[in-house]
Amino acid sequence: MSELFRVEGLTKSFGGLAVSRNISLAMPAGERLALIGPNGAGKTTFVNLVTGQIKPSAGRVVLNGDDVTDLGAVRRVRKGLVRTFQVTRLFSDMTPEEHVTLTVLQREGRASRILSRFTGDSTVADEVHGLLGALGLVEVARRKVGEIAYGQQRLLEIAIALALKPKVLLLDEPAAGVPSSETPRIEQALERLPPSLAVLMIEHDMDLVFRFAKRVVVLAAGEIIFEGLPFEVAANDKVREAYLGNYANARSVA
Amino acid sequence: MQVIAPSEKLVAPSHTGAQIGRDVAGVLLIIAAGLAGYWLFPDNLALLTRVIAVALMVLSLDLIVGYCGIATLGHAALFGAGAYAAGIACVNGVTEPLTLIVIGAVGGAAAGLVMGTIMLRAHGLPQLVLSIAIVQLFHEAANKASAYTGGSDGLSGLMPSPLFGVFEFDLWGQTAYLFGLILLVFVFIVLKFVVSSPFGMLCRGIKEDQVRIRAMGAFVFPVLLKMFVISGAVAGMGGALAAISTQVVGLDSVSFELSANALVMLVLGGLGTLYGALVGTVIFMGFEHVVSSINPFHWMTMVGALLIAVVLAAPKGLSGLTDRLFASGRAKGGR
Amino acid sequence: MQTILSIGLDAFAYGMALFIICIGLSLTMGLMRVVNLAHGAFAMIAGYIASYAARDLGMGYAIAIALAILGTIVISIPLERLLFRRIYGSPELTQVLMTIGITFCVIGITNYFFGPTLKTIPLPEALAQPVDVGFRTISAHRLFVIACGVVVATGLWFLIEKTAFGIKLRATVDNAAMADALGVRTQVVYAVSFAIAIGLAALGGVVGAEFLPIEPYYALRYMVTFLVVVSVGGAGSIPGAVVACIVLGAIDTTGRYLMPEFGNFFFYAAVIGIVCVFPRGFFGRAQ
Repeated sequence: MSELFRVEGLTKSFGGLAVSRNISLAMPAGERLALIGPNGAGKTTFVNLVTGQIKPSAGRVVLNGDDVTDLGAVRRVRKGLVRTFQVTRLFSDMTPEEHVTLTVLQREGRASRILSRFTGDSTVADEVHGLLGALGLVEVARRKVGEIAYGQQRLLEIAIALALKPKVLLLDEPAAGVPSSETPRIEQALERLPPSLAVLMIEHDMDLVFRFAKRVVVLAAGEIIFEGLPFEVAANDKVREAYLGNYANARSVA
Repeated sequence: MQVIAPSEKLVAPSHTGAQIGRDVAGVLLIIAAGLAGYWLFPDNLALLTRVIAVALMVLSLDLIVGYCGIATLGHAALFGAGAYAAGIACVNGVTEPLTLIVIGAVGGAAAGLVMGTIMLRAHGLPQLVLSIAIVQLFHEAANKASAYTGGSDGLSGLMPSPLFGVFEFDLWGQTAYLFGLILLVFVFIVLKFVVSSPFGMLCRGIKEDQVRIRAMGAFVFPVLLKMFVISGAVAGMGGALAAISTQVVGLDSVSFELSANALVMLVLGGLGTLYGALVGTVIFMGFEHVVSSINPFHWMTMVGALLIAVVLAAPKGLSGLTDRLFASGRAKGGR
Repeated sequence: MQTILSIGLDAFAYGMALFIICIGLSLTMGLMRVVNLAHGAFAMIAGYIASYAARDLGMGYAIAIALAILGTIVISIPLERLLFRRIYGSPELTQVLMTIGITFCVIGITNYFFGPTLKTIPLPEALAQPVDVGFRTISAHRLFVIACGVVVATGLWFLIEKTAFGIKLRATVDNAAMADALGVRTQVVYAVSFAIAIGLAALGGVVGAEFLPIEPYYALRYMVTFLVVVSVGGAGSIPGAVVACIVLGAIDTTGRYLMPEFGNFFFYAAVIGIVCVFPRGFFGRAQ
């Protein structure tokens, strides 16, 4: 398996507080990696560092052999490094169809055109409907996002990410806040992700992690403390301490 | 949480068709209202032409505030740039009206480019302050460059030649008014296309969430700057129209007061619809004409009270209010 | 050298007058996150009250100041209750519109009752006299303004950094919901801070009347200046406001001395430059 994406020694400090310490990680094409860790471990900070929302204090991000550390968030997206958000960031007045159309047009460099129509291009429309169909969003394609269920909004986040034709996809808690009745649909969507895509998923729902991931990385206090197969995680002492140690301490304090 | 009523179709029909139908009706309504003004108030055509010029500015302000979500209190800088560009060209021998409108648009667009480049460096309050500082700077510059602008006396003696070589700008302002009305309708149609283009959708997205737009792989700054330039061109046309029709360009066309009033008109009518800009301008300037002829300070009190009322009772402006009334009417009808 | 010192002293006095008015606005914007464009309107109301008390009723300067501050706060209470409280936490545009609306109303009403003419506030003997400060004479009033500015700055610093109220205020600013949960009555904290801000505006409006004369358009004419000071200094920062007032006071005063024909041109050019270089102001907090 050839390596598609790699971070080396990624470090970020706010003032004196290190929230990410020397994180190194590599992903081949087709990877299904779950990044887990207790609250405050620095998982979302890691995604922000990788996708360029914040600048690292040290370390490199390498995509397809190119160093992208100095590129901003927009250029990284254009190179195929795409993320979803932990809390949906959608435009409540627009429909799912409009979201995905805008994304497709933008990918093709046509989103800032004034002398062209937003709808009416049949190739774009077909692609949009293909994406919405794959994620089961056709029914609500023309309703305002503010009016559709939260689970469907989460699926739309994934649809937008896929419309960018990513090489590496970072899913920040795709099932967060979704009622358990709707999680199967998210799971289904995750199973259907393009096989060649490298996916890194942050998730708290361990069932989902076990079913989805081929490899698990555990982050605690900004550091990688475990890297291995899903079934090994529960048996690892460091992981147990990272998750349960807090509770043990909390109990002794109380 | 949404329960889909069984009678409702799963896929709503494309609303593009309905939208176009509504816009055609809207444009026809604007033309009808404009012609009605022509027949009903033949003695006030100068005022009505002024309303059209200001309406162009408020439309252009809607592009910035309503579609991009950038608050500005300095929009008259763009209007004034167009007015002075056309005015200076006119006293220097370029008298063809359409050319003057184009010169105004170019002047406004250039000012929009400058203003956008400066304002987009900051966010929030500093951005608002920058907008004010820019319009004040333009004001001072126009005041001091009196050799070109006439300073505080204003730039007078504009003699535009007949439109298409045929229609003289007469004393009653008939030509100017009809010219303005045609210009307004033309600009309005163009802007409707602009805001429903991919670019317009991108701007709406930027207004709601810039982080999301960046995560979609789109740069924010060039898009907003482009909108500033378009907005400047439209405001500049308004300024040029005002210059041609009144044959004077005063310092008040680049003032903080005019900028603030334009914002009030826009908010009164409703943001982000383009129709709201027109409605707000007509209502505001109509009232202003009536009340300020009695006592200008009563007018200030009234505008103030109106603003407070709009913020408290109809945050989406009058067009939002009618939408809400329609919506509740439909809901009642449906039950 | 003589000229520089001379301009410097005038600029400093003017800057301090600006400071007293603007620091209240800086607090409302920085701490309460309300863009209150009507701030100048309150300073103006205070000026009218003081003028009425001192000139028409013949009261002393000190009493006039006290009355002006009290009166303005009393007027502001129903406004805070009925109007401002509804826009805490609203988008900026809403706040701008509401407070411009209030400003317009205040201007219209003031003009209706007092007319469009300038109102003076007669100074007592002691403050009207010139004082020799070595290299030139300066009116005692300017020294009084400077002294007021220094007292306000230290007083506020003490209030915010050293008192129990200051702790509650800072907690409320950082996280209102949390402060509320911890038993801080945030509504009261907001109301008190608002009253303090208005009181300072009133004080500044009266003592600064020599620099910024009282007339109905005061509220609109200087709205921009006040806003500029706050955003240049960084909303919510006392040292920021001090520096901004001194710098902008100096630019403005120097401009008037050396190039009076260019009026405010350099002032606004400087503002654009400063805001572009320091988008959060000199001492603004990161958001």
